[in-house]
Amino acid sequence: MTPRSLTGLGTLLRLALRRDRIRLPIWIVTIVGLVAIVAVTLGDLYPTAVARRQLSTTVGANPALRALLGPVYGRARLGGLVSWRMSFASLVLVPLMAIFAVVRHTRAEEEAGRLELLGSTVMGRRAPLLAALLVSWGAALVLGAGVTLTMLAVGSRFEGSLAMGAAFALSGMLFASVAAVCAQLTANARTASGAAILVLGVAFLLRSVGDAVDPRSWVTMASPLGWIVRMRVFGHVRWWLAGLALGVAVLLAVAADVLTTRRDLEAGLLPPRPGAAEAAGWLRGPLGLAWRLHRVAVLWWVVGLFALGLMYGGVAASVGQLVRQTPQLQQAFQAIGGQQALIDAFFATTMTIAGYLTAGFMVHTVLRLRAEETSMRADDVLATAVRRTPWALSHVAVAVAGGVLMLAAMGAGAGLTHGLRVGDVGHQLGRLVPAALGQLPAVLVVAAFGLALVGLAPRFVGLVWGALVAFLVLGELGPFLRLDQWLLDTSPFLHLARLPGGEVTLLPLAALTAVAVGLGAAGLLGLRHRDIGRV
Amino acid sequence: MGDAISVAGLVKRYGKLRALDGLDLEVPTGEVHGLLGPNGAGKTTLLRVLLGLLRADDGHVEVLGSDPWRQATRIHRRLAYVPGEVMLWPNLTGGEVIDLLGRMRGSLETRRHYDLIARFDLDPAKKTRDYSKGNRQKVALIAALASDVELLLLDEPTAGLDPLMEAVFRDCIAEERSRGRTVLLSSHLLGEVEALCDRVSIVRHGVVVERGTLAELRHLTRTAVDAEVERDPAAVTGLPGLHDLEVVGHRVRCEVDTDALDGLMRVLAELGIRTLVSRPPTLQELFLRHYEAGGDGDGDGRPAVGR
Repeated sequence: MTPRSLTGLGTLLRLALRRDRIRLPIWIVTIVGLVAIVAVTLGDLYPTAVARRQLSTTVGANPALRALLGPVYGRARLGGLVSWRMSFASLVLVPLMAIFAVVRHTRAEEEAGRLELLGSTVMGRRAPLLAALLVSWGAALVLGAGVTLTMLAVGSRFEGSLAMGAAFALSGMLFASVAAVCAQLTANARTASGAAILVLGVAFLLRSVGDAVDPRSWVTMASPLGWIVRMRVFGHVRWWLAGLALGVAVLLAVAADVLTTRRDLEAGLLPPRPGAAEAAGWLRGPLGLAWRLHRVAVLWWVVGLFALGLMYGGVAASVGQLVRQTPQLQQAFQAIGGQQALIDAFFATTMTIAGYLTAGFMVHTVLRLRAEETSMRADDVLATAVRRTPWALSHVAVAVAGGVLMLAAMGAGAGLTHGLRVGDVGHQLGRLVPAALGQLPAVLVVAAFGLALVGLAPRFVGLVWGALVAFLVLGELGPFLRLDQWLLDTSPFLHLARLPGGEVTLLPLAALTAVAVGLGAAGLLGLRHRDIGRV
Repeated sequence: MGDAISVAGLVKRYGKLRALDGLDLEVPTGEVHGLLGPNGAGKTTLLRVLLGLLRADDGHVEVLGSDPWRQATRIHRRLAYVPGEVMLWPNLTGGEVIDLLGRMRGSLETRRHYDLIARFDLDPAKKTRDYSKGNRQKVALIAALASDVELLLLDEPTAGLDPLMEAVFRDCIAEERSRGRTVLLSSHLLGEVEALCDRVSIVRHGVVVERGTLAELRHLTRTAVDAEVERDPAAVTGLPGLHDLEVVGHRVRCEVDTDALDGLMRVLAELGIRTLVSRPPTLQELFLRHYEAGGDGDGDGRPAVGR
């Protein structure tokens, strides 16, 4: 713990801020901006405490919404509704921002060999991790401050506004620290961010299942995201949970710092293993290579979605019970459509989550084409007898097959556990697997947009992530904020039937598929006619 | 025996930058051709145009009788490429990459590939992320050399190899030559080019500024002479073809044009040589002159020799 091991911290900090001078502000401004829009719109739509309490009671009775966003705390207050409605940002978007920032400035740099270049100048071995953590924590704190100021500006109470800002900042800091640990354990940036996102996924799942069954469930408290939700930011604020989250964030950061002093540069803590000296028989073309490159990710995602399905399926039958036990909610319960409609709505919401996750996987897989190109690995393949289109299609094929498997696994998991509980596995499988696969047309559109960018505007492939986040925001906030229909129509996910339970109409499906095919074909054509390389 | 590579007036622009600016190059079948030039001269861009990865903005390009942009894969079956900066998939082993690239090219000679792995002393069971730069280079070299192809495009293939492995590489290229394969070798290691290449093209600012056989290019080079003589060496100062002459006491140091060497030696002999060190002509000088010549000029404006 000599100060010398921190030499160069200032320089690294400035470098990280210089590199992130556009990226991080976009995250922060977008999220704070969303909070402001939601706050203003909700204030207009529900101006009185009575109206707000009514809304809170209705949405609080809906287990699908609790699974997605948690319970409402501070039912009659504008802040309570805003914080509830925006919890997908504090629980998902902010942690993602933090994870990407930490990995970008640690493992990714190390893997690219740039850290070595810096390390040969005057730089302490602990400095890079600390710089990455400071930047990410700083971004989370700025974001939290922005949220607090926004809530104060719309006239919310001071304590609640402060707590809400703290909740946003803490979820970012927590997962920055998680990512810092992950980045020490594996030698590969993609594995590091994958592991951190896996932790985030499990945390979200635990919180979500707990909240869906019972807002007082201990399951929720087993998840760090549960601590954030249970801070009850506009209710009776529980500051000790904020303290717990901060403590864990600091502990994890210290752990990562200790780990970084115990390993060599560019090495992970898990030792390298030898592999096959010769390629297996199936590893003989672009498709084999694409499968070899993506198979671990496909496996994890399929297992992950199966587990997600099992969990949601396991609790689905319980989601109506709470409502039935609470007499004053009976009316709301009937208004939603009774037990079966409630369960269907719950499943439809979880299928939407699966859809966004699958889209994320497929975009990541398709954009690998661009990553292969900028890392010059595409040259290795394209200088052999492999044509560009089959090369591109090989990654697309793995993306599509993996996506179909993921959705099917989600449906199968849900059908299995829900079927066991209601004593009708066959019927539930037959309902829920197709319901999950119903997300496919929208997911394909997003992936095809990624392919179009790879072919036509390779320097702007990141836009597809922006589009996915925009679709997520539209889907989550759009109907609630009563946005214009044409705006909602831009999201392919909002053209899907709500399954199970909803009606499937052919036209939107055909239209979405046509758009996907068109975008994909345009991308492939573009790829054939442009230079391959970094430019 | 036609030309394996034929390039005329090739232009490749990146925005305003003209990476290749009217480049001409002909490599006859069976020749080992050296492509020399400083960093950023356009060597890698040229190779990537020859592979059909980049589209030429202007000019005529033919590789193995076909247009590489239109018929890339047809040509690729008959050539192998080693990039300058070998990037491999970190979670594949070296052995897997060698097999995979060979299979995708459609022509892996299995016996030869085992032989090469042994000669280059590569551990094929290691993941490529655990390889050093030199070992990654070996993977790409073995994959290329083990392929049954007519043309090898090698972009600074020995950067990162140790001297022992450089020697193995030179042996391999000599074998390729005897098997009648054409090799285009980009490098800035003069020793390597001198040892391996039949002819050399020097590229600078996207054009070929000198070309010819080594013998032809040596005419343009100077021999460094460092001599100590018995008598006062004042007589040396008036001689033609001397450069950077330094006379300190009885010691003479200078560089001399190849065609003026004979005259200098006669004068020195008459003065009574006590010691004489002369560095044989290398491409170094010529090369350095092109490297150092800043601005737009092509060295000292001598005409290109050879063709």
